[in-house]
Amino acid sequence: MSGRDGLPGDWQLVVGLEVHVELATVTKLFSASPNRFGDEPNTNIDPVTLGLPGALPVLNRQAVELAMRIGLALNCSIRPCTFHRKNYFYPDMPKAYQISQYDQPLNVDGFLALPDGTRIGIERAHIEEDTGKSTHFGGAGGRIHGSDYSLIDFNRAGVPLVEIVSRPDIRTAEQARQYVTELRGILLAVEASDAKMEEGSMRVDANVSVHLPGTPFGTRCEIKNVNSVRSIGRAIEYEARRQIDLLESGDQVRQETRHWDETDGRTHTLRTKEDADDYRYFLEPDLVPLSPSDAWIAAVRAALPMLPAARRARLAEATGVAPDSEAAMVVVDRGQDEYVLAVGAAGGDVARALVHVKEAFADSPSVPPADLAKLTTMEVEGTLTATQAKTVVADLIANGGGDAAAIAAAKGFEAMGADDLGPLVDRAIAENGEAWAKFCAGEGKAMGALVGAVMKLSQGKADGKAVTAVLNVKKG
Amino acid sequence: MSERISAEVVAKVARLARLDLTPEEIERTTTQLADMLEHFADIDALQLDDVAPMAQPYPLDNVFREDVIAPGLDRDEVLAAAPAAEHGRFRVPPIIGLDL
Amino acid sequence: MASAIEIAAGVRSGALKAVDVVERHLATIGKREPEIHAFNLVMTDQARASAASIDALVAAGGDPGPLAGVPIALKDNMCTRGVPTTCSSKILAGWKPPYDATIVTKLAAAGAVVIGKTNLDEFAMGSSTENSAFGPTRNPHDTSRVPGGSSGGSAAAVAAGFASVGLGSDTGGSIRQPAALCGVVGVKPTYGYVSRYGLIAFASSLDQIGPFANSVADAAQLLDVIGGHDPMDSTSIPLEHPSLLDAIDHGVEGLRVGRITDLPEGADPDVNERVEVAFDALRAAGATIVDVQVPAFTFGLTAYYLIAPAEASSNLARYDGVRYGLRVDAEDTNAMYGVTRAAGFGDEVKRRIMLGTYALSAGYYDAYYGKALKVRRLIHDEFERAYQHADVLLTPASPSVAFPFGAKGDNPLAMYLCDVYTIPANLSGHPGMSVPFGTGADDLPVGVQVLAGTLCEPQMFRAAAALERAVTQGFGK
Repeated sequence: MSGRDGLPGDWQLVVGLEVHVELATVTKLFSASPNRFGDEPNTNIDPVTLGLPGALPVLNRQAVELAMRIGLALNCSIRPCTFHRKNYFYPDMPKAYQISQYDQPLNVDGFLALPDGTRIGIERAHIEEDTGKSTHFGGAGGRIHGSDYSLIDFNRAGVPLVEIVSRPDIRTAEQARQYVTELRGILLAVEASDAKMEEGSMRVDANVSVHLPGTPFGTRCEIKNVNSVRSIGRAIEYEARRQIDLLESGDQVRQETRHWDETDGRTHTLRTKEDADDYRYFLEPDLVPLSPSDAWIAAVRAALPMLPAARRARLAEATGVAPDSEAAMVVVDRGQDEYVLAVGAAGGDVARALVHVKEAFADSPSVPPADLAKLTTMEVEGTLTATQAKTVVADLIANGGGDAAAIAAAKGFEAMGADDLGPLVDRAIAENGEAWAKFCAGEGKAMGALVGAVMKLSQGKADGKAVTAVLNVKKG
Repeated sequence: MSERISAEVVAKVARLARLDLTPEEIERTTTQLADMLEHFADIDALQLDDVAPMAQPYPLDNVFREDVIAPGLDRDEVLAAAPAAEHGRFRVPPIIGLDL
Repeated sequence: MASAIEIAAGVRSGALKAVDVVERHLATIGKREPEIHAFNLVMTDQARASAASIDALVAAGGDPGPLAGVPIALKDNMCTRGVPTTCSSKILAGWKPPYDATIVTKLAAAGAVVIGKTNLDEFAMGSSTENSAFGPTRNPHDTSRVPGGSSGGSAAAVAAGFASVGLGSDTGGSIRQPAALCGVVGVKPTYGYVSRYGLIAFASSLDQIGPFANSVADAAQLLDVIGGHDPMDSTSIPLEHPSLLDAIDHGVEGLRVGRITDLPEGADPDVNERVEVAFDALRAAGATIVDVQVPAFTFGLTAYYLIAPAEASSNLARYDGVRYGLRVDAEDTNAMYGVTRAAGFGDEVKRRIMLGTYALSAGYYDAYYGKALKVRRLIHDEFERAYQHADVLLTPASPSVAFPFGAKGDNPLAMYLCDVYTIPANLSGHPGMSVPFGTGADDLPVGVQVLAGTLCEPQMFRAAAALERAVTQGFGK
């Protein structure tokens, strides 16, 4: 017997996600060096970035503003807050402490709604600074263990981050994937981050545990190095099964940090929590408290764009699809929902426009909304079949627009009238006796085969709806 | 604050602070810290329940800089002053034994 | 020797050449520096060059500013671009900052001539300058005695005439105590009055830069130059400060001078006697003496020696051998940290890093650091109440006159007690200064500490100027 999400027995998965996102500021969190990915090593440095003796941090106003956008988009409360020092030694951490927010974060108590409406709680979304980057040389090819030495680049040190900490409300690997995808959409919508997992500007750690219903949550492991939406699901599924195997064989899960290895598809122990971290947090004396005014919060809120969920709802409302349908998800994710609505505003059929945009607009072509509108009108009026319409859309895309009617005429497209359809339908029934019998017996599925046969005979000129109508009439 | 600090705790603190102290230094530090902490126990007599901690002397808040680039440091000058550097980066021995 | 104000006036008018002023000071340095060791670095060439450019500016009709041609000694924990800045520590030996501290920029804009970087207790941790990795500084009044600390080098440099004025940093008394022991004026301004950008941190919430001078007026002039808001320091107070040089002429008529009746005992009788005379002097000058209580004063020492080391343990973590300063090689980075820091830091610095790390660590935070922050609030609030009744308070700056080398032995606590009267102002953020007020035992200088409320530097300087005048008007010794 298998539980939800493919877990054996009654095992229940419990996941919380910690997502670090680099903010899209021009400069660093506490100094005026550029916040820019991909520059020559150690070219975006200054006394603060390098932790030079005597250097002092000053907070970047825009970083706070972007962090507030994230908080508001995640339904958080914005609170007066402070900065702490998190003390630990690591060569890519210039001051040997990270300036972060500890017991008084900027954003608290929000939620993110998954596309199906499930709410995942957001515990906090706080501001902190990023570290530099170490690259390991010698030994076993670029890995930290067994390397001969490492080189450090501090360009990334001091880049502003927001760490978004979810509550352990996620119950399936699929939900985790949806959470990260939705979060990414929100971050892009509010222009707080470019959220590129492959460049590290969005980094996901997963806290994974398993338990049986009615029992307390199990011991959790933190999974690091999950660098794509796909690997989030894989890593969580692997880790859940690893923990279940341990528990079912009478062992215990050790609280530890584990590293996801994409190549072997497993998680590996990075460090145990036995030698407990002692970060000696204390208030950063070089910074003062941050307390955004109500006016500032209101202004940020007022300037927030429509978020993906609302855009999907609006698109769904206009087109009749479900808000979490693939078409709504894909088109909003590509940012083409405004375009679909514009086709409607230009007199077209938004439902047909949605289908064409979802199917054919992956490369974000430029087609004037009025041109697509005309095409969808022809479809609805029955002067073009769906198949013909596809061909015309391809032409519109290739030419950056055009008159759909002229293109259709040039291609010799005209939908078959009911008179021409009758003989073709009869022929299809004759050639597909079995399907016809099933259809007459009430098996709706059989209709597809009959319609398909007619379409084939008509060489795509028949209109699917019209064929269905004729079939229904003939069935009686 | 009553129990005297032990050499084990002092050794652990030295590891946290990344100070390689000799056994003699650990021993001496243990005695000195214990004496100091004994002296510092004078504040245990104070009633502080209703006192808010004070981390900074002058009350300021919302101090910002604008998000504008200013000239930074010259990489060659900085790397020339580093203990070890190559290929435009700071060089360090293998990173192991660091329990983050 | 001429005062800083006289030098600047002379240089600005063209009557005095900055190069001659520098040469006179270099000559004095040449004579006594080998014996005193006030400097980690005498910047002979740079000082001559900068004096020459000031003279050239004057010759061309320009105005170099209110400190034109004034030789100044900088404590060696203030970053000077391209000039070694060591904190008197092996871990920073030879390090040349690639940037200037804000005060260095302000001094240059005011026409001051930096003549050298002065010795200090390593990372400003100490009260005698004996903790310097480069050897102690000697007190110009008696070279068998300490100059105080941690800014002992700047205090000695000004007392010995090596520089017209100097800058120190004061975290628990590191300007006021050496000023007292060397017989010069030393000022710790209100926290946030002077930018800390480029001051190598000891304890960030306590550190303040302030002047040393041979007169209250020179100290006022120097503080007028270096004070003011700096956008590079988030804790810098965003206000315009009134001219202190103007304030000192106002006298003390009607000023309320507080006596702390529950001040911790422990000062030597010769010191206490001078403080009593100081009350008399201010009363004679027209001030009113009032009694105030600061019952938590005595707990300042404990709060300070938990808070300052805690912040220091974090501030000094950056000396890890990765980006600058000393590295002792080891097989891996973690091992390199341990041996580098063990080799680079002296005993007192290690002791405070240990104490501070302990006070912040899991399980001890509430009992030590957390509690110390509450005591800090208590002390601050009590001072605030006292300043409702008094404009300034008088106390000893140091419990004793300058003491012989090694006098505090191996007992860190004995040394820490040197700061008992100066520490509370750092905790509360209030300003304080030491004014030379006659002599005590062995004819050594005694400093009287004048304390005042937040941003009440004008009243503090008025009282200090009155004490300075009183010394020449029958209240000296």
